[in-house]
Amino acid sequence: MNLTIREALLAFRRAPLLSALSVTTIAFSLFVVGLFGLVAVNLQDALRGVAERVEIVAYLLPGTPIETITLAEKDIEAFPEVQSAVYVSEDSALTRARGELVEFRDVLQELERNPLPASIELKLRPRFRDAQHVNEVADRLRGFGFVDDVRFGRDWVEKLDRLRQVAAAVGLVVGAAFAVVAIIIIGTTIRMAVLQRSREIAIMRLVGATDGFIRRPFLLQGAIKGLLGGLVAMGLAYGAYTLINRWFFSHAQALAIIGFGTLIGLFGSAASVGRHLKRV
Amino acid sequence: MIKFTNVFKAFPKGGLALKDVTFHIAKGEFVFLTGHSGAGKSTVLKLVFAEEPVTSGEVRVSGFNVAELRRKDVPMLRRRLGIVFQDFRLLEDRTAEENVAFALEVTGARRSTIPARVMRVLTQVGLAAKAQAYPRELSGGEQQRVAIARALVNEPTVLLADEPTGNLDERATRGVFQLLRDINASGTAVVMATHDLDLVRQAPYRVIELQEGALVYDSVVDEPRDQAASP
Repeated sequence: MNLTIREALLAFRRAPLLSALSVTTIAFSLFVVGLFGLVAVNLQDALRGVAERVEIVAYLLPGTPIETITLAEKDIEAFPEVQSAVYVSEDSALTRARGELVEFRDVLQELERNPLPASIELKLRPRFRDAQHVNEVADRLRGFGFVDDVRFGRDWVEKLDRLRQVAAAVGLVVGAAFAVVAIIIIGTTIRMAVLQRSREIAIMRLVGATDGFIRRPFLLQGAIKGLLGGLVAMGLAYGAYTLINRWFFSHAQALAIIGFGTLIGLFGSAASVGRHLKRV
Repeated sequence: MIKFTNVFKAFPKGGLALKDVTFHIAKGEFVFLTGHSGAGKSTVLKLVFAEEPVTSGEVRVSGFNVAELRRKDVPMLRRRLGIVFQDFRLLEDRTAEENVAFALEVTGARRSTIPARVMRVLTQVGLAAKAQAYPRELSGGEQQRVAIARALVNEPTVLLADEPTGNLDERATRGVFQLLRDINASGTAVVMATHDLDLVRQAPYRVIELQEGALVYDSVVDEPRDQAASP
């Protein structure tokens, strides 16, 4: 095993330029994938922020007894889609309006009678914040006799839905394309490393080295290059992050990208050497 | 030791590289394999070390049935053989010592035994003083000696040499040939492919001659003949 390590490290020393080229290529390929991932992560985050504002408001008929409302609130909170249901009385609606609508403070101050209806405000759980579920919940709310009207900004929720679908599809397609390109480019540089050493491989075979013995240093070397490439890519991505100063990868995501680099290096080398050995 | 029985070898693109070749080389023998370029000398050697598959017939080498050898057993066969080429095939970025040690390392030899074994064969080929030299710092003859040391370090029962003097001047040729004779004298069989008839005439060894893939003369089977008449 230590012979494998020695041979793998020796290859870096003997072909420093090609090794550096491989690492750089892997790094930039992963960086592009990572950068795209970063954009996707930011976009998802932004959309999540927007989706948090998906809210359904059920306006209640005036004069609905508070006991009925309390019971109904419990029922509504028990809906699987519902994260929270908050009763807002006529008075607190007015107080809030006074606070939020500063421009109309005078008007609101001078009211003799509170014109605002009481309401129940619903927040849905994250995975139900789409048009279909919002509609279903709204329909169920309308079934309550004391509910006068249900509002949720239908157009807006539908637009959000579409945006999310587009973002996911684009993310998947473009991300996959970037990943494939990265794999091809990385595979090519690894192939170069194998070809550069084809003479050495031939001599190893001549003196009785087994395929496994020949393969192991390449695999280790490929994995090391992938790992280094992944680390450099993370460094570049971090640099980009400090520039745009938004969301960065979680530790798990960063590790996944570095791990992805290592695996590409490993399997790329395995494929290249395997193909080479099969032909000689 | 090496036994060819009715061996045929087809070129990948048609035609025969070897036609019905049969011979037997015993332990400890020295054999010249002669013939024009393209007569099939290298092909015979390649079949022996399983570089090329046998088309038909039987090839037995040191207990291995080469025609039916599986890919994973090829390295085991090669560890029993020492192989030397015209172009030396040394690793340019390793010293003489490292080139020789390499052949031991790939076979999984015990690390602690390697330096002594390497020095022993380098001494045997007369290059102990140049153990630290890189191939580019050595003359052609010296590089071939390193290659021979590498071939010997695994203590093969047979040394295959494909035109080992083909790239060497006369003086180096004599030195390398003498080295091969010494190696043979200590018990290792040597099969040397060459078209250098001066060398062939110098020594009383067996000669197998190939012509267009067919064995046309074997000095242990056929009548002795005037060697000057052969090509």
